[in-house]
Amino acid sequence: MIYAIVFLPLVGFLIAGAFGRWIGVRASEFVTTGLLMICAVLSWIVFFNVALGHDHGYAPILGNWMTVGALKVDWALQVDTLTAVMLVVVNTVSSLVHLYSVGYMHEDPHRPRFFAYLSLFTFAMLMLVTANNLVQMFFGWEGVGLASYLLIGFWYQKPSANAAAIKAFVVNRVGDFGFALGIFLVFQLTKSLTFDEVFAAVPGLEGEKIHAFGLNVDALTLAAFLLFIGAMGKSAQFFLHTWLPDAMEGPTPVSALIHAATMVTAGVFMVARLSPIFEYAPAALAFVTIIGAVTAFFAATVGLVQNDIKRVIAYSTCSQLGYMFVAEGVGAYSIGVYHLFTHAFFKALLFLGAGSVIHAMHHEQDMRNMGGLRKDIPFTFAMMIIGTLALTGFPFTAGFYSKDAIIEAAYAASKHHPTAMIGFVSTVVAAGLTSFYSWRLVFMTFFGHRAEHRVAEIHAEDEPAAEVAHTHGHDDHDHHAPHESPIVMLAPLAVLALGALGAGIVFGKYFIGHDYDEFWKGSLFTGRDNHIIHEFHDVALGVGLAPTVVMALGFLVSLYLYVLKPGSAQALARTFPRLYQFLLNKWYFDELYDFLFVRPAFAIGRLFWKGGDGAIIDRLGPDGVAARVADGARFAVRLETGYLYHYAFAMLIGVAAVATYFIAGGLR
Amino acid sequence: MLTIGLTHYLVVAAILFTLGVAGIILNRKNIIVILMSIELILLSVNLNFVAFSQSLSDLTGQVFALFVLTVAAAEAAIGLAILVAFYRNRGTIAVEDINSLKG
Repeated sequence: MIYAIVFLPLVGFLIAGAFGRWIGVRASEFVTTGLLMICAVLSWIVFFNVALGHDHGYAPILGNWMTVGALKVDWALQVDTLTAVMLVVVNTVSSLVHLYSVGYMHEDPHRPRFFAYLSLFTFAMLMLVTANNLVQMFFGWEGVGLASYLLIGFWYQKPSANAAAIKAFVVNRVGDFGFALGIFLVFQLTKSLTFDEVFAAVPGLEGEKIHAFGLNVDALTLAAFLLFIGAMGKSAQFFLHTWLPDAMEGPTPVSALIHAATMVTAGVFMVARLSPIFEYAPAALAFVTIIGAVTAFFAATVGLVQNDIKRVIAYSTCSQLGYMFVAEGVGAYSIGVYHLFTHAFFKALLFLGAGSVIHAMHHEQDMRNMGGLRKDIPFTFAMMIIGTLALTGFPFTAGFYSKDAIIEAAYAASKHHPTAMIGFVSTVVAAGLTSFYSWRLVFMTFFGHRAEHRVAEIHAEDEPAAEVAHTHGHDDHDHHAPHESPIVMLAPLAVLALGALGAGIVFGKYFIGHDYDEFWKGSLFTGRDNHIIHEFHDVALGVGLAPTVVMALGFLVSLYLYVLKPGSAQALARTFPRLYQFLLNKWYFDELYDFLFVRPAFAIGRLFWKGGDGAIIDRLGPDGVAARVADGARFAVRLETGYLYHYAFAMLIGVAAVATYFIAGGLR
Repeated sequence: MLTIGLTHYLVVAAILFTLGVAGIILNRKNIIVILMSIELILLSVNLNFVAFSQSLSDLTGQVFALFVLTVAAAEAAIGLAILVAFYRNRGTIAVEDINSLKG
């Protein structure tokens, strides 16, 4: 069964990718989407067998990949509870996104390619989560990076999409460099890369020192730190987050699948999978907490002022990933994975809902041009409300359980680790900010009035094909009015909404509740002194209520600024222009990196190009030789005058020289 | 009193030869002048032949001079014929204008 789950997307990719041109668009869509649907169903079966049932994990070896001395790497499909959770998340969201894309992309001429990439991504992600060694994980890691690159740059005609794709790729390389170094170090320490063997060797390495660059550092801390650098790149954490908002240049289903629900959570998965290493590296865990906390806060503040509907959700994703790392940083890996699980549902729902809004607005993404849409697209409106409730942690929705658990865990852990307090404060504040910007998005999009003149401008370039898909009667409306999306786009929204509402209640007790041990079956490791899973249930009532209170506060502020007193938000921005600009420009990170890295890189590049290659190698090498030959030829051409007397003179000189030579020779 | 010896003949021949060569090289006007200069060079060679023949009492030189005269005559005829043909083709016999070998 696991073979089918992992390799059906690959089959779909090969069919749609290689033969999409021949079998046609409809067939490509049908094949890839159908295969993914099968995968999703099978994944749920595996989930019920392995995670909820009593089926212990297994790891069939597919074959040997490489053997170099002590280094032995196999292809394997490891299935345990953690993998099963990821399988469910990846395949469910992926199949729904495939289905949704049939509607969303229906005007695009390159659909076979699009669906091929989506399936390729799914395959790579499945290789990542089923890896039983670090190298196969790295294979999947790079595979999803490649798919992400291809899909961000899917509309390759747009220069901004190409730039965003390259940016995502380059920033991820920085993280991957750390990840690769981490893998090397792990091999150096344990002489193995298979998870079981590495984890078995780790306890014996506690306190081991490593000498590098004149420093004496704890070996496991360094390894965990380097591996986390990789997670930071993939999961868009502070310092390496800049690529994620730009990745919104890709089609919206891609944003939902890759840049919200699955790929960016690979870092969270990786830390959870490597929990045995991280548990023995408390300093690295503190670093994880701090980075997570800073990201959660930073991204939430930037989300407050963005005007692009997708960017708001992108920063929200960034912020929620920060939450997950805070949870893992304080040792509550299961809570991090739990939030990953619930987040996948409601964030995919929000993104696909935003896609539906964008579709309705004929590819308008600026929220300032929207407003009052709740009457035009009531179903999408309802779905977005559900997604927002879940994201902000409204009681009994999915986000409520997982997010509150993170905040409580951070508070409980602060008794042992002072850094966890940073995580606690930052996540509570970020919860309020999250509530504010999420409701701001809803209010700006669905309430108030549309700026009519700008809408008219947008609709001048209306596309006729969209009219076919109307399910919502609006004959009395203007021909260009926003329209509800087709059923293939709304059905995935409904399924995800179900998850966003119910995933918390149904699965909470398995992930973090009293069925913890039976559920995880040891696939997550916790150290001897790590009792966070039990402690966080017993935190003070005030702490448990804090996120709900700040959530309500954020909602009220947003309601006041955008509905009750429209225009006061702009007044507020004018009152604090410096702060507003700072947030609007994302803390000037792009400018800072441009100054620190991009421009020096360009300068060095230009130096080597103009100075090294052009002035030295080319001038002394090929160009120089060619120029001398040309000079010689030009000189020789001048000899060739065509005048008889010149030739005669040359002959005479020659004869005279020969004669002189022989006469002089004769005299000697 | 000055007696005319071999040296004088050779000097005259050398002067004639030099004049011929100079005529070829310095002439910028006319191809006919070049033909005439070639005649001059052949003449100086003949003078050498005859002078040495007399001086060494060997008739071979004088026989050779006759051959040279014959060849010179034939050459002049052919040269002039080429010249006429050339003129018909190009419409000029000025040395300055004959440079189709120019690179």
